[in-house]
Amino acid sequence: MNPHLVLRVVSKLLIPIIVIFGFYVHFHGDYSPGGGFQAGVIIASAVILYALIFGMGAAREAVPAWFVRAGSAVGVLIYGGTGFVTWLLGGNFLSYDMLDPESTHHAGQHLGIILVELGVLTTVFSVMVVIFYTFASRAPDIPEEEW
Amino acid sequence: MESFDWTQLLDYALMAMLLAVGVAIVRLRNLFAAVMLMGVYSLLSAAWFVSLDAVDVAFTEAAVGAGISTVLMLGAMLLTAREAEPVKAGRHWAALAVVLATGAALFFAIGDMPAYGDPNAPANAYVGLDYIIRTPQEIAVPNVVTAVLASYRGFDTFGETVVIFAAGLGVMLLLGFGGKKPKKEGGE
Repeated sequence: MNPHLVLRVVSKLLIPIIVIFGFYVHFHGDYSPGGGFQAGVIIASAVILYALIFGMGAAREAVPAWFVRAGSAVGVLIYGGTGFVTWLLGGNFLSYDMLDPESTHHAGQHLGIILVELGVLTTVFSVMVVIFYTFASRAPDIPEEEW
Repeated sequence: MESFDWTQLLDYALMAMLLAVGVAIVRLRNLFAAVMLMGVYSLLSAAWFVSLDAVDVAFTEAAVGAGISTVLMLGAMLLTAREAEPVKAGRHWAALAVVLATGAALFFAIGDMPAYGDPNAPANAYVGLDYIIRTPQEIAVPNVVTAVLASYRGFDTFGETVVIFAAGLGVMLLLGFGGKKPKKEGGE
């Protein structure tokens, strides 16, 4: 019988909820506290919890190292790309109103903020997981007697 | 005399707990316990920030301070010893002198600080007030913090994202990409 049975069952229940909460924090960031940065850290902590409970091997299968390595750069590209799109639409860099100039309630601002926060989320999530993977692949697993 | 604000008792209680946890971290020699107490310290600070109405800061503190940095400190600790070496008494006195001097300077500066929630404080009066007035018309986003972060200060946040990317890149370049030696462990 696995000594961490309770931990495994509880974290299996919690990890999906943590990820959904992370996305809620991201997409609801216009209305409530939070945003891409906090959401990225929350989703990364779900992956790290998975790695701590189920081992590095399982975590690397779920979220491969190449995925987070690419993600840390893709996030910056999403952010900068949003700026370039507003530039190409005739505005200044990151002037989100250009994304929907006809809107009377600044829909472009909402869209732009969600997009750049998505970039922040991708970079923060990926970098946190990358740092954890690099550290964890050097350290041995936590020995049983220290739990 | 004004009516007594009972919520300030909560602030005092949280600050007393922060102090107790801080002293405990300094006195502990077991690194595992110290790392866990640092997570507790972050969580207490987050609770205190909520009590001061700085919800966004509290959110970040709870996610980063109590969550991610505790895990990273655990990972770093697994690479070293479990117990810290006892420190010589002479270094305690030097540290105490530095702490006392800094504390005296901070207490000296309290007199110049605006009162908590003062509407005329520099933080609330100039740009801060401007952002609060203009956000409903210009951005139409209820959360002013998000409007300032992502729209008014979009360039700054872009820079921060690049800084985080650079930090991750630095770790990858210094410690290796972590993909060279596939380890078979756990995950049955």
